[in-house]
Amino acid sequence: MSTYRVEDMTEDLNTFRTRAREWISHNLRPLEPGESAGHAISRMSEEAELAAVAHDREVQRKLFDAGLAGICVPKEYGGQGLSPEHQSVLNEELAGYEYPTRIQVPTLCPCAAVLLEFGTEEQKRQHIPAMLKGEELWMQFLSEPSGGSDVAGAVTSAVRDGDVWVLNGSKVWTTGAWWSDWALCLARTNWDAPKHRGLTVFMLPIHQPGIDVFRIEMLNGSKEFCQEFMTDVLVPDSDRIGDVDDGWTVGTRWMFHERILYSSPYVTNPTGTVHGGLAATSVAAIARDVGHVHDPELLELIGEARVLDLVGHELALRVADGIRLGRMSDQASAIARLFKAMVTMRIHTLRFEAAGSTGAAWTDGDGTAAWSGNEFLMRQVSCIGGGTTEMARNVISERVLGMPREPTLDRDVAFRDVPRSRPQSGSSGSSQESGRSQSGQSRNR
Amino acid sequence: MLLELSPDQEVFRETTAKFLDDRAPVTEIRRLRTDPAGFDRRFWRSGCELGWTSLLVSEEQGGGTISGRGAVDLSLIAYEFGRRAAPGPLVANNVVASALGTSGSPAHAPVLAELLSGDQLATWCYSEPPPHDRLGTVNLQMRVEGKHLVLNGFKRPVEFAEQSHQLLVTGHSEGGLTQALVPTDCPGVRIEAMHTIDLTRRFAAVEFDDVRVPVEAVVGEIGRAQDDVERQLQLALVIMNAESTGAMQSAFDMTVEWAFDRYSFGRPLASYQEIKHRFADMMAWLEASHAISDSCAESVEARSGEASELASAGKAFIGEYGTELVQDCVQLHGGIGVTFEHDLHLFLRRVTVNRLLYGTPAEHRQRVARKVILREDAA
Repeated sequence: MSTYRVEDMTEDLNTFRTRAREWISHNLRPLEPGESAGHAISRMSEEAELAAVAHDREVQRKLFDAGLAGICVPKEYGGQGLSPEHQSVLNEELAGYEYPTRIQVPTLCPCAAVLLEFGTEEQKRQHIPAMLKGEELWMQFLSEPSGGSDVAGAVTSAVRDGDVWVLNGSKVWTTGAWWSDWALCLARTNWDAPKHRGLTVFMLPIHQPGIDVFRIEMLNGSKEFCQEFMTDVLVPDSDRIGDVDDGWTVGTRWMFHERILYSSPYVTNPTGTVHGGLAATSVAAIARDVGHVHDPELLELIGEARVLDLVGHELALRVADGIRLGRMSDQASAIARLFKAMVTMRIHTLRFEAAGSTGAAWTDGDGTAAWSGNEFLMRQVSCIGGGTTEMARNVISERVLGMPREPTLDRDVAFRDVPRSRPQSGSSGSSQESGRSQSGQSRNR
Repeated sequence: MLLELSPDQEVFRETTAKFLDDRAPVTEIRRLRTDPAGFDRRFWRSGCELGWTSLLVSEEQGGGTISGRGAVDLSLIAYEFGRRAAPGPLVANNVVASALGTSGSPAHAPVLAELLSGDQLATWCYSEPPPHDRLGTVNLQMRVEGKHLVLNGFKRPVEFAEQSHQLLVTGHSEGGLTQALVPTDCPGVRIEAMHTIDLTRRFAAVEFDDVRVPVEAVVGEIGRAQDDVERQLQLALVIMNAESTGAMQSAFDMTVEWAFDRYSFGRPLASYQEIKHRFADMMAWLEASHAISDSCAESVEARSGEASELASAGKAFIGEYGTELVQDCVQLHGGIGVTFEHDLHLFLRRVTVNRLLYGTPAEHRQRVARKVILREDAA
């Protein structure tokens, strides 16, 4: 299902390209040699990162004022109403220039994409233009500490009290929540319905009484991810997205948009950008900095990285086309997600391998080879974030190939009766067995 | 294969698909195992009537495309060949037809016409025997003596050399690479059949021992064939990438069916998570192969700046994951997968041969790496 409505037939691709090129060359800063458009997050000071966010907001505002923001967003919500091809042209023209990376994901995709599909007219008019102007940065309040892949098992509760909802619970793995403004939040509104039929989606401002944002230190020292604790947070019913208890309908599309992030026509993504920040330097650059760029064994590593990069790029385009043309189901987005993760993981390994002993111990003078070992420690992030690759493999085999679903113990039973942790010890028999038989006796709330 | 075909392309693809189903079913492929030529000449001529060798040749020369993008159209045919592990010298004749069409002289026109009709067959003598078998190594010597060109050297593996009438030979002369069209019945040409994997493909080692041909045999200019050779290599890669992708698709489809049909411990193989996840990985490799194969065909057709890199990336990826995928299909079949009776090996043979011809995955990774380094040095 594709929902891009092309309104403006007057601006053909060439006119658009000329306009974009002209404006970009006069208004945006070209990247320095070796500088990557993707931001490297882990080693920035707090002040530097806040300044970078503020700068991103300014650049986004300039793009908005120039009519170069929200290319595929309808005009009534501040966008340009143009086609995905126009977005591709913009991506090409932006190559080699700074651009507001932090505004793109998750603000424009999946958050704006979800709002465009499920928001009321008023919600869309209030928030989409603000997103496009860089005034509202959005986050996803989706994962919870109690369940990573099992997103529909959310236990953040929302209880209705007249015209408002009272939210309690905790969300985690939000990137940069401490400098963001709004969040899309999945919460449980019905504990008596089965898991997927008792969820509702809300939107809420992040910085308000009742929400505490903590930065999580990752094993490489990065503090990009956050955890939020919500205590009696009040959300007006007018900030509900979609129907009560129908949050999984929204959630399914939400996760679809999350899987296609970098091929989404809502996302500006200059051609040639390497995502994930840390993987931005090439294996060749590392090989050069350690003085081995022409060693045959390093040629192999450099070539493999480039081949995987090219193939991954072509695959993302193919899957996006397949879905747009109706030749593939939306679920096929998991194919691109899985492949991207495998590529990113492998490239981390190749970079680390190319660095040699410099990956283990380095000085500040070691150029791009420095920190490659530290980054290798975080290799699995690409296979975990945005839904694990195990989940992607389930989706591909079950939803795309139609293979039998994994047996579950949480379908067609009231969610409050679904076991959510290992039973407390002290009961007789092996804990494994009792875990299976005592469903419902060990609720953790 | 491309997700979106024009109606004309769809008819073209479908015509070849039906023709191959009819004329080259599995029983015929198995029969051809012991056939010296590996394919039937009438089958090939009929295929040529469908346009199999015309796509890389201009209309003025008797060729013609379906969509205006000949290499893309040809990749559709190659994909259908791969789907069925079909017989016939598709790579060889298209590469030579393209070379003659692009750089051939009027003297080559009659041969080109017969390649288009299928009445004559030609093949490309490019790779050389070990230890000179690295991609791009050319040691065969071509020397001008008056009005003659004299060839000395060895080529192998040469696809369908015994079955061909003409050899497009790539050699070295003073000044650089030179190519010449040499009839296989020329004195001094010795062709010796080789053993191979594929049931319907034939390979030979060819020796050129003071082979003398008139200088008119030269295709292009003496010492300046570098770009033509690169173009021929890219076209061969387009065909093999698409063909291997077709073979991967068939092996994958067969194995998915098998996983649903085969029951162990009271449930289908397709219900085991470990096996489901393997299929998910295979599907990612397969779709990735489709994607890079298509973009390789598009860029080679457009002669874009990335053509060489994309063609090599396709060969490196499809070469490696083609065999990985089909071997995993064998594993999921269990014992029946390693029998001759089962058809799976037809596809395994095809991706295995294609992996190694015109550069191994490792050689193509290095080719890509050199381009990356050149680009970054320039930046």
